Amino acid sequence: MSERLRHGKVELALHRLRGGEGRTLLLLHALGERSPLDPPVDVVAWPGPVAALDFTGHGDSTRPLGGGYFAELMLADADAALAHLSQATLLGRGLGAYVALLLAGARPLAVRGALLCDGAGLAGGGPEPRDPTLALPGSTAPADGPDPMALLELSRDVRPPDYAASFLAQAVALSGLAPPVWICASERPPWLAGLTTQPGVGVAPLPRALAACWAAG
Amino acid sequence: MEPVSRATDVAVAYPGAREPDRTRRVDAFGVQLTVYEWGDAAAPPLLLAHGGFDFARTFDVFAPLLAAGGHRVVAWDQRGHGRSAQTQLYSWDADVRDAFAVLESTSAGPLPAIGHSKGGGVLTQLVQALPRRFTRFVNVDGVPSRRAAPDVAEHERPQALNEVAAEWLDHRRRVASLVRKPGTPEELALRRQRMNPRLPLAWLRYLVSVGAQHDPDGWRWCVDPTLRMGGFGPWRPEWVLERLRRFPVPLQVVLGLIPEAMSMGATPDSVRPFLPPGARLHAFEDSGHFVHIEKPHEVAKLVLGFLA
Repeated sequence: MSERLRHGKVELALHRLRGGEGRTLLLLHALGERSPLDPPVDVVAWPGPVAALDFTGHGDSTRPLGGGYFAELMLADADAALAHLSQATLLGRGLGAYVALLLAGARPLAVRGALLCDGAGLAGGGPEPRDPTLALPGSTAPADGPDPMALLELSRDVRPPDYAASFLAQAVALSGLAPPVWICASERPPWLAGLTTQPGVGVAPLPRALAACWAAG
Repeated sequence: MEPVSRATDVAVAYPGAREPDRTRRVDAFGVQLTVYEWGDAAAPPLLLAHGGFDFARTFDVFAPLLAAGGHRVVAWDQRGHGRSAQTQLYSWDADVRDAFAVLESTSAGPLPAIGHSKGGGVLTQLVQALPRRFTRFVNVDGVPSRRAAPDVAEHERPQALNEVAAEWLDHRRRVASLVRKPGTPEELALRRQRMNPRLPLAWLRYLVSVGAQHDPDGWRWCVDPTLRMGGFGPWRPEWVLERLRRFPVPLQVVLGLIPEAMSMGATPDSVRPFLPPGARLHAFEDSGHFVHIEKPHEVAKLVLGFLA
């Protein structure tokens, strides 16, 4: 079952992959991906419901005209889903992992644990801007695939380690969880590498982190 | 809601203001932009970019002065502003890309450019990305200034940061239902006076006549209501300032030093250390952020001298 959520002028697709009792596990996909049709094998052990969001320009969500993507807009996409669910544990892959961290800090009482996993778009555009270049799209792209503007712009957005760490600090100080953020990724771009030395981060394989998040309530 | 009319049905004049000589549309990778030109169509082109919450017709006095100096002045309404399309998404990179589309539609050869406020920032990046497409650049009160560190104790920082982040997300939750408030032309002029407190009311009334639309329930400024003052994200002014040191074409910076709501806070002392060798810096101590509107003749003379 899928629901349509409104975020500004965009309609987002929130897919209910599995029902159940208790807190929802919200999947946030990687750059260029879309939500899976069923709960992936690595999350089937989650005891509660599982939902998945298609970010703007991906999957069944609106593909806007003329681009204008940046990570904080995807953060607001995820926040629209969070508002609908009231509370959730987040499992983000790649771009979705970065968004999950930001949302864990920005909405520390509604996000009950964020799990950061490998996937496309994990590094973004790096820790600081590169030499100025134009973000120009290619001439052709499949009409039903991810928006090429999204692929282009969201692989350029800058992710300074101290900026990422400031969201972790919000989650640590305000969520009441210990830890509020779990690193399950093996890739460590600078923003993520910087988190590993901060207090309030768990580093564990996904099954263990999922179990800990569920148990934390 | 379809507007009753777009151009004014109220005839308003302002000394020195002149409507563009030509108007055209540019398709910027799917976004329809409205482009305006003043001056002889065969004259050398000059690109002119407006600031946030402004629109190209705010150059109705300044642009004709530049045209009189021998230029074909080309300005455009940025996405979400004036008569250009209101898009689903807005971002800095998108604005730079839109500016590139206007450049492409204007000239294959290098040309000078002027940008005010946010338009100065957008063109700064475009010039840096494509230096061989530009001959000279004038940044009118569009250089950022270093932000003072917030006066917050270390243990209170997460809460303070969280308030900023939550405020952004709360705005995004509301954004679907935002509509611009309708009013009479006079009410719109008075509303704009809060952003432009130093500009004459007669000028703001003129701007209503060229920058608002008449809907069935009243007049509205043609600016997308989803746009918000100030951004949210990791951007920091140092990134722009450090790059200014190696700006690739001759640069002139014009500042208006009287602080007001829309000011970016730059001063000669804050800008000078970052200017490349040979850059010109002119500060108007008796003017605010909209220095090209407050002192159009002085700024036009200064700019034309630099471009000559």
